[in-house]
Amino acid sequence: MLSSLGSAGGKSAKPSFVSYVTPEEIKSEKEPSRKEKHPDLLPGEVVFCSASTVLKYTQDDLSQRGVFGALLCTNFRVSFVSDEAPTEETGQLFKNKLYGENDIPLSCVDNIYGGYEDKKKLITGGLVKNKYPSKMIIHCKDLRVFQFSLSFSKEEDAKKIFQGIVHHCLEPKSLRCLFAFSYCENTSYPEVQRKKQTVMFDSVEDWIQDMKRTKGNCRVVSENSNFELSPKLPQFFIVPSNVSDEDLTKYQGKGLPMWCWSHHSGCALFKTASIPLVQEDNVPQTYMEKMLTAVAHNHLYSVKTEDLSDTLPAVQDILLSYNKFKQFFLIDNTTEFWMSDMKWFSSLDNCGWLDIIRQCLQKAVEVVECLEKENTNVLIMEEGGSDLCCVVSSLVQLMLDPYYRTLLGFQSLVQKEWVAGGHAFLDRSNHLHLKDKAESQSPVFLLFLECVWQLQQQHGPAFQFSETYLTVLSDSVHVPVFTTFLFNNDSHRDNILRAESPHTQRSPLNCPTVWDWSVQFDCKAQDLFTNPLYSEKPKQDTSVRKSYRPKHLRQLSLPSSAFKTPPKKGFFKDEADNLKKILGVKRLSRWMLSPSSESPQTSSSVREFYEAWQTKPLDYHGLLLPCLDGPSIRVWMQRYLRWIHDVQILGGGPVAMLSKVSEILGEVQELQRQLDRHGCTLTSNHKGARPRAKTASVIAARSSVRLSSSFPFVTSRNWLFKPAIPTSLLQSLMVTGMAGNLADREDDGGGPESLV
Amino acid sequence: MENTGSIDSLGSKRSSSRQPSVDSLSSTSTSRSDWSTHAAKPTFAMSSDNVSISTEFSPELRGRPKAVAKVLRDSKEEPQLLPKESVQDMAKDVTYICPYIGALRGTLTVTNYRLFFKCMDREPAFVLDLPLGVVSRVEKIGGASSRGEVSYGLVCKDIRNLRFAHKQMEDSLRKSIFEILMKFAFPVSNGLTIFAFEYGQVYPENGWKVYDAQVEYKRQGLPNESWRITKVNDHYELCDTYPSTLVVPVNIPDEELKRVAAFRAKGRIPVLSWIHPESQATVIRCSQPMVGVNGKRSKDDEKYLQTIMDANAQSHKLFIFDARPSVNAAANKMKGGGYESEDAYQNAELVFLDIHNIHVMRESLRKLKEVVYPNIKESHWFSNLESTHWLEHIKLILAGALRIADKVESGKTSVVVHCSDGWDRTVQLTSLAMLMLDGHYRTIRGFQVLLEKEWLSFGHRFQLRIGHGDKNHTDADRSPVFLQFIDCVWQMTRQFLAAFEFNEYFLITILDHLYSCLFGTFMCNSEQQRVKEELPKKTVSLWAYINSQPEEFTNPLYVNYSNHVLFPVVSMRHLELWVGYYIRWNPRMRPQEPVHQRYKELLAKRAELQKRVEELQREVNNRSASSSSERAGSPTRSITPVQTFV
Repeated sequence: MLSSLGSAGGKSAKPSFVSYVTPEEIKSEKEPSRKEKHPDLLPGEVVFCSASTVLKYTQDDLSQRGVFGALLCTNFRVSFVSDEAPTEETGQLFKNKLYGENDIPLSCVDNIYGGYEDKKKLITGGLVKNKYPSKMIIHCKDLRVFQFSLSFSKEEDAKKIFQGIVHHCLEPKSLRCLFAFSYCENTSYPEVQRKKQTVMFDSVEDWIQDMKRTKGNCRVVSENSNFELSPKLPQFFIVPSNVSDEDLTKYQGKGLPMWCWSHHSGCALFKTASIPLVQEDNVPQTYMEKMLTAVAHNHLYSVKTEDLSDTLPAVQDILLSYNKFKQFFLIDNTTEFWMSDMKWFSSLDNCGWLDIIRQCLQKAVEVVECLEKENTNVLIMEEGGSDLCCVVSSLVQLMLDPYYRTLLGFQSLVQKEWVAGGHAFLDRSNHLHLKDKAESQSPVFLLFLECVWQLQQQHGPAFQFSETYLTVLSDSVHVPVFTTFLFNNDSHRDNILRAESPHTQRSPLNCPTVWDWSVQFDCKAQDLFTNPLYSEKPKQDTSVRKSYRPKHLRQLSLPSSAFKTPPKKGFFKDEADNLKKILGVKRLSRWMLSPSSESPQTSSSVREFYEAWQTKPLDYHGLLLPCLDGPSIRVWMQRYLRWIHDVQILGGGPVAMLSKVSEILGEVQELQRQLDRHGCTLTSNHKGARPRAKTASVIAARSSVRLSSSFPFVTSRNWLFKPAIPTSLLQSLMVTGMAGNLADREDDGGGPESLV
Repeated sequence: MENTGSIDSLGSKRSSSRQPSVDSLSSTSTSRSDWSTHAAKPTFAMSSDNVSISTEFSPELRGRPKAVAKVLRDSKEEPQLLPKESVQDMAKDVTYICPYIGALRGTLTVTNYRLFFKCMDREPAFVLDLPLGVVSRVEKIGGASSRGEVSYGLVCKDIRNLRFAHKQMEDSLRKSIFEILMKFAFPVSNGLTIFAFEYGQVYPENGWKVYDAQVEYKRQGLPNESWRITKVNDHYELCDTYPSTLVVPVNIPDEELKRVAAFRAKGRIPVLSWIHPESQATVIRCSQPMVGVNGKRSKDDEKYLQTIMDANAQSHKLFIFDARPSVNAAANKMKGGGYESEDAYQNAELVFLDIHNIHVMRESLRKLKEVVYPNIKESHWFSNLESTHWLEHIKLILAGALRIADKVESGKTSVVVHCSDGWDRTVQLTSLAMLMLDGHYRTIRGFQVLLEKEWLSFGHRFQLRIGHGDKNHTDADRSPVFLQFIDCVWQMTRQFLAAFEFNEYFLITILDHLYSCLFGTFMCNSEQQRVKEELPKKTVSLWAYINSQPEEFTNPLYVNYSNHVLFPVVSMRHLELWVGYYIRWNPRMRPQEPVHQRYKELLAKRAELQKRVEELQREVNNRSASSSSERAGSPTRSITPVQTFV
């Protein structure tokens, strides 16, 4: 029944694969598509090389089935164009306008393997000239796996395409070569719409507004708008009000506390890049001391500092762990998949990825506890100040501030903490494959999205955006079109965009940001970004945040001598007592403190904090804390399992719930509209009913097709309606050792035993 | 309402937004427990809603109306009693050592049905209320301690342990309350009757009438030209562990059935469990053939299976699924059992499903309990989970059922399922396969029918596997076979969120009453015994209670895809530990808001809007009636009120 919906399969002259489309269906559409084997090129896209008669294996099984077509490499993507007519638009609901299901943006290529007979070799570039493998396997950063056979193509073509792809995907290149630049030069991209939506934090007003919104009380620095102070500093930023002009530039911004967010009690979160301290020189310490005093707001608040370098895994460890983790999902064939299924749980533990997620969330909860419960200012720091600081500070804000849980709020948060905050997106993603940057590659932003996903799946209704939104965002990092992810910091972005501008005298090159979702998806598809179950904020308090608590006012008016010690001594140290002792200590982190993970005290304090919060009524517009116990931290199924055929739950998965909810929502809206209309009739007033069916319509349109758990990424393939039966069941069970004698026993009988 | 224990929570839904979902879904039907700290005021406020609901819809398990109970409750130290429940002993100054809160001092009451502990020192009062049927073992821990206290540990069947301590009785003649408890916790061992036989609550529906074999077979279209209903087992003479109503091939006369019975373990001949409405492929269940070491054959049995195959014109093959690992099946030959050889049974293909026996499963659950109770071990959660093998067993069972369902649905082939005796693994497989194949069993009542049919009437030995009222906790016959089945069902509901009419609370309620000994449903080992004990007359069925308030157990997201076949994904990637059951005693693992809460709100919102639209419609109609020409066209098509199922 589903056979005709497939898109990958098709009839071909080659006998070696099975057609999923009946001949009748093909006839009508076949002719037009025959002539041109190019994909629809994007503006500025250029084909480098191509080969025809390449066989793309269907991923679903072990057999040698596949589709023939042309394989191309352009300056944007590796693209496979099937010889078959494109099947009708069934699977196209969630079509990405930039690349299709058979396209891999160059930056999205993770690894390329050559298949030589039975062996699979990792291709690292710089290959022997005249050699090419008969089979090419491409693992993508969005976890798709492609397998192409080159053995049917002309040798010349095969060699060329293989080397072309390897060259363009793996060899170092200059930033200028990234597709964004030729794309943007050739598109007149309308600038208007983006400003009014996401707060970009690229103007001083944005910062002032955000500080006002949170009732912060710090100094907005706009002197760096042309990077006159330092190219290492953001264009605009906020520091404690006591920081003087000369302090701003002292250590190229290192040690300078950057304001992140203010709690309604008046205390605030700051982050900074730590200064590597040199023993002979006491200056940094004096400077640091000064900065801490500034953070303390002249001792109005106590300050806690936390060096994340000491307590969270290093970026390299994050990469290592993720590399192990992703292997579980880059599946070449079904057998391999089922083999790994047996050890799935222990493999998860072993790669440590979920544990890193847990640690980040836990750290964020610790900071939240300081802000929320103890009302102390917090300064988080790490070398560079733009990796885990970004993760933790944005998580803290998500937990504390419901604004950031809206779609636009979340985008603004990413702008504030990550883009303006100077996360080195370019180096971390290593889009350019620079050998000297290989070290700095790390999926830190993905780690953040993972943490957000954990929060979201524990407290769904608190988030306006959906799981699909997060998945798409994580994919977009590897689409080299958006300015959001292409640079290392503000001045880098500014420099490049100015240099690349076609009109040298005028404005910088106008590139889309990832938040311009219409570049990738049409409106209907974008509807899937919102969470139908989002609990809207009750109307009465649209923008007013919780009122100041009187006790904090009192605290604010305390004389500066009342630098009060916080009641609890956790992993954060109270700087007040320590400041004097500090001098002469080598590294800041030493005196900042004991790694929390090892201190039982801390974790029990966090436990108590969580438990205390748990007993209070849940407010989706208030503080949110994640549960961190073992079973609560999960694998982001949608992102990681969406392409694996054997684990698609046909007719099930979250979409089944989503469609039901949407259906009800649709009904509710329809009823509302009727009410309005009746209201109109009664008052004889003409107002257009607002059409807001949203997700409902999207999914309703698809109700004829049975959806699967990988919705919306894989809507319908040539799925036979057949379950995946695990292979290798036999080898599976333990039986050994432990169960040995029990397993042999009969179900019934056997004398009493003392097992309990 | 938080504080009231089991029964209270049984009767009422806790739907306060602050109360964890596990609570409202699952919770404590049998036991309110350790989180009174979390049960604070707002819940209390919320519960007033429930009062109105529950008095309106549902008869309370206990006699008195809830509102009254609530007023009294906080001042009282003993529980609200059920009809025929009586207090056996009470002790003050007993310490309950809660693994989450710490030591609590209060009053312990033991009745002929429950253990009830209340600590008034806390606000709100802490209450522990559990049916004695849940207790698997009571043991005195150590001698009198230095403080002159004696300590008792209660190991429970529902994945928790309780620990109490109390002062040594000065009056040495007086029995300790725990001796009384021991007596009533194990009535069977002490010559007492199980409480289910005394409990006399009357419900609007007689739950014993939920399942009628004739009606169920008729629903399946039976008898038909190939299958007949036989009365040969009317008096349980053919097979004493089978039901009286059996469906067998038309062409096989009763006399031959007897000869087949002689060749099948315990006389459990192959009979029809389910028939595909279109292809006529059938699911057949039986016990192992008595092949023995010498490879004995039975012409009757061979002919019988051939007839079963022939009854399905769509296929010329028959699949025999032996639930056991092949090694175990072979080992059974030593004891006279074994499996069908493909030589003897032509056109039959034998497949082993590698599901382990009851002993392995029991051990696995024991390990699981170690990992999750009382606290989840901090590190290596997944490795610890894996080492219990619990989910691996779940996977194998689901995989087996999936293969069966696939053969029947996609292959249009009839299947025969057996293990050794055909009452443990076999029933897990057939009932799960039927759940995948037939949407009827995914409704609340359909599921009851499935349990009554496949589990109860076909002789899953509940009494032995659970050990109701029996103090012999080391009995090797005990095993969590049924729990495993419910876990599999839960896994399926997780994958198909809208395909089941019932919710998680329904499954947990069933499991809680599997042990509670309040209802007669899970008493005895077979239909014959139930008839003999006159269970339907002397006890109340769990379904009477459940069907008296179906809204509590309804999944608001249910979409009736009754004709859809569900093929769950049986990869470890999609299996997860049922936190809402196994870790429900841990307050940290309870989400604050019941997941279904929001859906219910949505449905309520819809209902409200519908009402308003209708009202307005009426008003419009009235107006237009009075001023007829004003209306240009009919304003709207009126939406037909959609049935709300909450």
